[in-house]
Amino acid sequence: MNVKERERLLRQMIRIRRFEERCVELYSDSKIRGFMHLYIGEEAVAAGVLPALGPGDAVVSTYREHGHALALGIPMEAVLAEMYGRTNGCSRGRGGSMHLFDAGRRFYGGNAIVGGGLPLAVGLALADAMQGKALVTACLFGDGAVAEGEFHECLNLAALWRLPVLFCCENNFYAMGTALRRAQAQTDLALRASSYGMPAWPVDGMDPVAVTEATERAVESIRGGAGPCFLELRTYRFRAHSMYDAERYRAKSEVEEWRQRDPIPRLTESMRNDGELDDAALAAIESEVEEELAAAIAAAEAGAPEPVEGLTRFVYAERRP
Amino acid sequence: MTTTYRQALREALREALAKDERVFLMGEDVGAYGGCFGVSLGLLEEFGPERVLDTPMSESAFVGAGIGAALGGMRPIVEIMTVNFSLLALDQIMNNAATLRHMSGGQLGVPLVIRMTTGAGRQLAAQHSHSLEGWYAHIPGLRVVAPATLADARGMLWTALLDPDPVLLFEHGALYNVSGELEPDAGPVDIDTAAIRRPGRDATLVAYGGTVRTALEAAGRLAADGIDAEVIDLRTLRPLDVETVLASVRRTHRLVVVDEGWRTGSLSAEISARAAEFALYDLDAPVERVCTEEVPIPYAKQLEDAALPRADDVVAAVRRAVS
Repeated sequence: MNVKERERLLRQMIRIRRFEERCVELYSDSKIRGFMHLYIGEEAVAAGVLPALGPGDAVVSTYREHGHALALGIPMEAVLAEMYGRTNGCSRGRGGSMHLFDAGRRFYGGNAIVGGGLPLAVGLALADAMQGKALVTACLFGDGAVAEGEFHECLNLAALWRLPVLFCCENNFYAMGTALRRAQAQTDLALRASSYGMPAWPVDGMDPVAVTEATERAVESIRGGAGPCFLELRTYRFRAHSMYDAERYRAKSEVEEWRQRDPIPRLTESMRNDGELDDAALAAIESEVEEELAAAIAAAEAGAPEPVEGLTRFVYAERRP
Repeated sequence: MTTTYRQALREALREALAKDERVFLMGEDVGAYGGCFGVSLGLLEEFGPERVLDTPMSESAFVGAGIGAALGGMRPIVEIMTVNFSLLALDQIMNNAATLRHMSGGQLGVPLVIRMTTGAGRQLAAQHSHSLEGWYAHIPGLRVVAPATLADARGMLWTALLDPDPVLLFEHGALYNVSGELEPDAGPVDIDTAAIRRPGRDATLVAYGGTVRTALEAAGRLAADGIDAEVIDLRTLRPLDVETVLASVRRTHRLVVVDEGWRTGSLSAEISARAAEFALYDLDAPVERVCTEEVPIPYAKQLEDAALPRADDVVAAVRRAVS
């Protein structure tokens, strides 16, 4: 991977990290409410997967989707304004942190039912295939989804009908507070996916270069008509599950061990060692991200609250034949 | 021309598949088997496996795939064998189909039709016989329709497919073999209004789906005794055409609701509540309800018959109301 590509990955990860660090402050200030699930620690997955998709490809995501939305190119201000409940939010204040949408970019949402997005992804892929479009639908979900019936129904159906779905399992080893090993008899998730007759392999989800390469390989295979693929992206969430979580279910030492693999310093060091990044370049990235963030906050603050008069809009179509 | 409810439904499917290439039919045994109640018989042969898709026993996956395909520009018709089985797909129907438009701030829509069989009367016991359409009628974002006549069986599907929002179409299992006359040029019908199936002056009978026949039978018997009951077929269970019901109540001053759902928390409760809210002073008698007994539907014929709303019960309720 060349310098430019590595720098792009680093910039994307820093962008997502700084965005969420600021979200925590805004949450403390009560600017953001409701459930908010942070992606901090898992940025390599979003930075690697989303840009590896092509124009027109579809994405179905989870409730921990700030990083996915940003990496796909949904403007930061639209994401933040949504969390503020403003008219300029990407779901006009109806969704909040867990339900970001962008129909134009084919981002079919943060789905807050574990496993609930998989059937949508299968259907989107079916629609594209029926219309003869060589498009891929990427479906992101966590290790918790693998325990759901919908996961198995959907992998079977996608494999049976050879649908163009990229199943991206973000295995952060916890379904909320329940460790994978405490919930699932077979913890090798790629192995389980492979039993449906699709290529499936584990990927170091703390390494954005590895994630990019795996995604490109999978997308190429899917677009070539070989049917779905499954990536088990092994990663880790550094922060609490959501904003209210005493983290009684895991040891501080375990978190500390994973922090040693933090993808941002890891890639930064690697690029420094290879002479691809100096202090000035890193500072430039940080300052550009800070600028974008400041603009996003200003836009969210300036956005009009979604009017209460429109409360019952968007339940049914406003125009019917 | 003489036809059956089943044939009318099949003709509607055939028309939809022929008219719009975005339409496809998907569900358990809809293809090679011909549909578990024979509705889609012959369609696989006529339209091919790319338009008529047999699915695995994976209600959540194929209903959700229907939702996804609708988002992706298709016009899917998903068949679920019975409403009891639809509970396996309730997550998709409730959390995705009904909510995506709203959660996305109006960016998305789910133009999907889900057909399923509802109702009892065939000794199929407690996992194939329930009338749960009232649950679905509770949910904002869905449209719920229940064809009770041949014309509606023939005509509701196409209108539902044109709708930009998800429509659940409930076919009553006891109606499939009902035969009658249908105009040869019968076509699409509206899915917004209730219909007066029998005009009358003395009492308003509100029914839908399978209970329309029960209400009409009761009205016929009451007529012999000089009681002239009006029978309203709700047709659409969400959004309810309450105005047609209230207008009738304002004329007849008596209301009897016939509902194959259980009484507690039912559509009959909703209709009664609307009458209490908006027509209380027009009523000359308490609202009467004839519903299914609050038991899981039993197998044995005499038990099942006793559990369901019968014409006798309706006649008795109307007599009480007019006495």
